[in-house]
Amino acid sequence: MENLLQEPHPLETVLISRRFRLENSASLATFLANEGFAGFRKALTMTPDEIIAEVKLSSLRGRGGAGFPAGMKWSFVDRKSPKPKYVVVNADESEPGTCKDRVILQYDPFRLIEGVLIAARAIGSERGWIYIRGEYRYLIEHMNAVIAQAYAAGWLGKDIQGSGMNFDFATQSGAGAYECGEESALLESLEGKRGNPRLKPPFPAQVGAFQCPTVLNNVETYSAAPDVILKGGQYYADLGTPKNGGTRLLCISGHVNRPGVYEVRLGMNMLQAVNALAGGVWKGRKLKAIVPGGSSCPVLKAEECDIPMDYDSLAKAGSMLGSGGMVVLDETTDMVKLLSRIMKFYAHESCGWCIPCREGTTWLKKILARLDDGVGSVSDIDTVDQLAVNMFGHTFCPLGDAAAMPTMAIVRKFRHEFEAKLQSASQAFVPAPGTRSLPIVK
Amino acid sequence: MTFSQELESRFAKMLDNYPPGRQKGAVIPMLIYAQDEVGAVTPELVQEIAKRLSVKPIEVNEVVEFYSMLHRTPLGKHHIQICTNISCQLTGGDELWQHACKKLGIGHKQVTPDGLFSLEEVECLGACSWAPAIQDGYEYHHHVTPEKLDKLIDDVRQAVKAQ
Ligand SMILES: Cc1cc2nc3c(=O)[nH]c(=O)nc-3n(C[C@H](O)[C@H](O)[C@H](O)COP(=O)(O)O)c2cc1C
Ligand code: FES
Repeated sequence: MENLLQEPHPLETVLISRRFRLENSASLATFLANEGFAGFRKALTMTPDEIIAEVKLSSLRGRGGAGFPAGMKWSFVDRKSPKPKYVVVNADESEPGTCKDRVILQYDPFRLIEGVLIAARAIGSERGWIYIRGEYRYLIEHMNAVIAQAYAAGWLGKDIQGSGMNFDFATQSGAGAYECGEESALLESLEGKRGNPRLKPPFPAQVGAFQCPTVLNNVETYSAAPDVILKGGQYYADLGTPKNGGTRLLCISGHVNRPGVYEVRLGMNMLQAVNALAGGVWKGRKLKAIVPGGSSCPVLKAEECDIPMDYDSLAKAGSMLGSGGMVVLDETTDMVKLLSRIMKFYAHESCGWCIPCREGTTWLKKILARLDDGVGSVSDIDTVDQLAVNMFGHTFCPLGDAAAMPTMAIVRKFRHEFEAKLQSASQAFVPAPGTRSLPIVK
Repeated sequence: MTFSQELESRFAKMLDNYPPGRQKGAVIPMLIYAQDEVGAVTPELVQEIAKRLSVKPIEVNEVVEFYSMLHRTPLGKHHIQICTNISCQLTGGDELWQHACKKLGIGHKQVTPDGLFSLEEVECLGACSWAPAIQDGYEYHHHVTPEKLDKLIDDVRQAVKAQ
């Protein structure tokens, strides 16, 4: 396995990552010698209601993108339902810019198992899955081995550590589909179907995996649970800002000197993260903009980036904390090219189930590829904006929003770049080799 | 169809992972692991998996069409997947892609005549902080430069020649 860790930075707060740099950090022995399963042991002495209350108190919010409060989600499961309840882990990690779940699974996989057991105890579940994107094959094999070890040592299976609790857990491989990160499409895929989303409501807490009540969270969300229980919800909450508890893994990429995955308290200043943690913008250049939490989050211009990084502050700034995938753009970045590439992604990954998303992303892709070649008219820029406006909130699942949000932000905040590209190219249009766009006859 | 002992025991384990009567859940994992052994999702493989899961072949086919890692025709021995999504694009992914096309003389989803290599421009691989990233089969390579890519390709060619 490739090394994914850099030197720890003094500005990091290591909680979730505190075992990452130990020798053989992924082994059960290292885990057990370093507070492993201590949170779960404590959870075994608590009632499900007490566990959920503690998670609510921690103000732990979903680390997969939407930032929904985890304790609230767990409390929605009807524990009295006669149906089995399931726990599902989202390890699809496909949002461009995001590469943190991989680090957790590689370096501290038993932490996830512990978090899952706590969730299982809280909702009364006896079975769960971790859905891992197919490209992460090495992690699927790694998790299979980890799960087998956990069974052998009595941390999974029947009567776990003599507690009377049963829990079965297995990996499920994806096979290449961003849409399968969307929770209801993931559940379809788990049932052996195409990854099309389901109509909501009902939400997975009522009708989830195999039509049974299900808790579904991101890898990092479950992995935070052991410390919430062990150290207490209040301790965890106090690490962050009000309603935004704890720490999170930030994946910094793009034009910085020290890209990497860093653990920070929620509320760290965004510019500080770029300049101090990641060593500043590379090549001595200036910052142009930041994609704060994966490609679906609206970009923030440099002058908008002096803000605390928590869910609510980002929302106030008109963007999102998303999945923690922070992509830094230097002053030379071609924003038209960037948006064109983003849209190529969403058009490729649109599952085709609903028309506003399928057609919207496809048309946006075509127009943006053309604009990137410097072909088209100024009215095309408005068309791009309008298409995004029409998609937003009108698609079956949030993939359409994920495509519309960065589009509206980039085309509005950097309109001059689109116009400049048209102007400079209209004198001499030479299509880039291999591009498929047709020149417009004016 | 017969599979290796290893794959058979993997299948047996997989089928244990679902609630009673819900074994269809295994269709995607079965397909991707079987594809690795067979080389492609052949019509026989579709029939075989449908039979084993007691579903109609169309239910397998519709899944095959959906997931981008499942393919009907064989790829090269080394399937080189180059990410050109944003974090990689910003750090040289596009140049890497162009370089790979030139070096191998093939394009997107094509296979070299000797069957050694195939190429695919892929979406984010979850390696953004170590961009630009590629996968050779399932193996990750981080911080890839055109020179590193050349070496990877040349080493494979050399190893084949030496055999
Ligand atoms: C198109 C799309 C892709 C998504 N991809 C992922 C993903 O790869 N990983 C993830 O954890 N959540 C992803 N999500 C969010 C999930 O739907 C869901 O909100 C999340 O897994 C819930 O867990 P959390 O509350 O712990 O964040 C995606 C959502 C959408 C709409
Ligand atoms: S953008 Fe290339 S690995 Fe994420």
